[in-house]
Amino acid sequence: MTVALSIDKLRVVYDEFVALKDVSLAVRQGESFGLVGESGSGKSTLLRAVAGLAPVSAGSIDVNGQRLGKTRDKAFYSQVQMVFQDPYGSLHPRQTVDRLLLEPLAIHGFGDTEKRIQRALDEVGLGSSFRFRYSHQLSGGQRQRVAIARALILEPSILLLDEPTSALDASVQAEVLNLLEQVRRDRKLTFVMVSHDLGVITHMCERLMVMQGGEEVERLEAGDLATRNVARDYTRNLLVASEGFVRGA
Amino acid sequence: MSAMLNVEDLRVEFPTRTGMVQAVRGVTFSLGQERLGIVGESGSGKSQTGRAIMGLTPQHAHISAKRLEFSGIDLLKVSQAQRRDLRGNRVAMILQDPKYSLDPVMTIGRQIVETLRTHEKVSKAEAREKALDMLAAVQIRDPARVFGLYPHEVSGGMGQRAMIAMMLIAGPELLIADEPTSALDVTVQLDILRILDSLVIERGMGLIFISHDLRLVSTFCDRVIVMYAGKIVEELKASELSQAKHPYTQGLLNCMPRIGADRHPLPVLDRKPEWLL
Amino acid sequence: MSDTAMTRREWLLTDRPQSRTQARLGRAYVTWRRFTANKLAVIGLVIILGLLFVAAFAPLLAPKSPYIGDLKNARLMAPSAEFWLGTDDQGRDILSRLIYGSRLTLQVVFLVAVIAAPIGLLVGTVSGYAGGWVDAVLMRITDIFLAFPKLVLALAFVAALGPGIENAIIAIALTSWPPYARIARAETLTVRRSDYISAVKLMGASPMRIVLRHIMPLCISSLIVRVTLDMAGIILTAAGLGFLGLGAQPPLPEWGAMIASGRRFILDQWWVAAAPGVAILIVSLGFNLLGDGLRDALDPRSAGQ
Repeated sequence: MTVALSIDKLRVVYDEFVALKDVSLAVRQGESFGLVGESGSGKSTLLRAVAGLAPVSAGSIDVNGQRLGKTRDKAFYSQVQMVFQDPYGSLHPRQTVDRLLLEPLAIHGFGDTEKRIQRALDEVGLGSSFRFRYSHQLSGGQRQRVAIARALILEPSILLLDEPTSALDASVQAEVLNLLEQVRRDRKLTFVMVSHDLGVITHMCERLMVMQGGEEVERLEAGDLATRNVARDYTRNLLVASEGFVRGA
Repeated sequence: MSAMLNVEDLRVEFPTRTGMVQAVRGVTFSLGQERLGIVGESGSGKSQTGRAIMGLTPQHAHISAKRLEFSGIDLLKVSQAQRRDLRGNRVAMILQDPKYSLDPVMTIGRQIVETLRTHEKVSKAEAREKALDMLAAVQIRDPARVFGLYPHEVSGGMGQRAMIAMMLIAGPELLIADEPTSALDVTVQLDILRILDSLVIERGMGLIFISHDLRLVSTFCDRVIVMYAGKIVEELKASELSQAKHPYTQGLLNCMPRIGADRHPLPVLDRKPEWLL
Repeated sequence: MSDTAMTRREWLLTDRPQSRTQARLGRAYVTWRRFTANKLAVIGLVIILGLLFVAAFAPLLAPKSPYIGDLKNARLMAPSAEFWLGTDDQGRDILSRLIYGSRLTLQVVFLVAVIAAPIGLLVGTVSGYAGGWVDAVLMRITDIFLAFPKLVLALAFVAALGPGIENAIIAIALTSWPPYARIARAETLTVRRSDYISAVKLMGASPMRIVLRHIMPLCISSLIVRVTLDMAGIILTAAGLGFLGLGAQPPLPEWGAMIASGRRFILDQWWVAAAPGVAILIVSLGFNLLGDGLRDALDPRSAGQ
């Protein structure tokens, strides 16, 4: 079993504030790993640190057996891509879908851009009629599909998903989750997915880590949540809360 | 139970470049001293329904209704001044994000005091006293400290509590809560709901709870209205949500990933054109 | 889709453009419609187009020579059928001088915009995106330039470089970039942490590519608005330098210099100074109206609609 992503005692500090406290983690190739927690738990920070968007002050990150340095090179970005939470904020407001998808290809010097863009759009179920639209001409779900297409166009092996469906309606969320599962199967991708929704995480991931205040609370198999086989009270509280309101509690 | 709010055939339309867009297309319901949930996806018209009752519909929109009455007052005919008096005093609204609803350059305490003093003739000291009580009522542990803080100095959950305190200080009879907890963490979300719940029971308020979250609404409210494309597709008791008849409601319930249910791929909502009729 | 009959308007406004060109044209058309909805802005545009027209066809439009006057018979004549706006102290037709002067005005405006706006844009975006010491150094330099009143600084530059229209242009350009740098930096700061810039970073784009291809296009519209609104000020500064004798040199028909030479007769032959004054007023107004209209049309915050 090869390890796709390995994180050792990772620490992220933003001006004095420790957002991530020595978190370690190993994700196997082809696995889907979930990070659950409330705001401020450090779950998104961990993803951003891997992507090179957060300042790492200690610890190490290995991707496909290679130690990452301070800066990330192009080769890294063709292995690891990310989908952001807010579909309204992650697409450039002045660029068409075509331009958004062309940019990564241009940066990495790919040929046959025409075919690749076409294929990327087909893969996320958008088709060519969306190709020349601006992001404001798309719905939230369509934007997120474009974001997924953009992440996949460089053919990465690891996809970082930062709450990819939390801004979407439930019915659209289901469609996007199905799409993500589909591409994972087709391309044998490794997922690291962040969510505050236990339901989404258990649906998408085999293993997960519960986080709080920048630290690991516990590590579980997806099945543990269904059988309530959890060790920590914090996780139990999250589980209860996810079931809705209980009168007289 | 006599209804305090009667809505009959409410319609809200917005003029756009391409013609009129109907946000709400004939909504009818009544509300007593109960918790009514309005559920729907974005664009279903649930928020515009709440705003129309509150009188917060944008100027350029057209509102019409056969009946829009709050305790015998015709809301379509009242003057702006009466509206303002009604708003805050007898009807209040809580919005999703406290950051946008609280004045960023005024302390939380002062905002609550000002709200109270525009609706009631009370001395400053008395108003302060009442504001502190209200902050305590929304379970803020150290009311005196929070009283002197600015909105940006408190967390999202605390801000939302302050917002609720401000809205409830004048003792409204009807509270409209538009996604009041969607921006909050689940555990904080439940705290806020617990506060709302006890206030509704203690004060005998009517509550309209607008949300996209079926699960939350069904566990919190007495009755649920499901909206789709500006219309009510189904109205049912919250406890009977699982026996929903309309395929839209069923679809919404079904497409959510559940812990312990192994459904790959998730069932998706198949929108039928006849739902729009 | 394409074979059904579509009006040109529908083709432009469609939600699903079929090609890059159509997408671009559609966007331009929406901007144009927003612009033309503002009547004052259209008036501004007409004034500026009028100025362009006059400058382009100056030799055809001007009834007389702008340089050679009739010193013997036609000094300081009141407006008449022969000299529509009268003549100046050298017996030159003021209308003709105004018409030729429009070329100088346009030259000043155009060159200043071409020099100052890109400098400001580059300094501002680089400073805002890089942050840290780069930002500190660039912004302190900007502050130094901002600390002096524009005209005083321009005067100093012209004094050093020597009077003349080219030097006036350079001086004005050197003094007008700092506000543009400030605007571009502010705009950059609001977008540099946005997810869509992060996404481009995750594509492996170099900082230069991010600044040039992703951040600059976002700053350009607010910059265009600001530059257009500044045009009036630039014309006035150029006129001011001309008036002080440090800009265009005689016999060039620069409007500011024309006012300067007319001020000696302002009580008896008021039209000599008034005519170029009114010309400056109209053109400045035109640029201001145009700038206001562009602000509404290009505002990125309403571009989503």
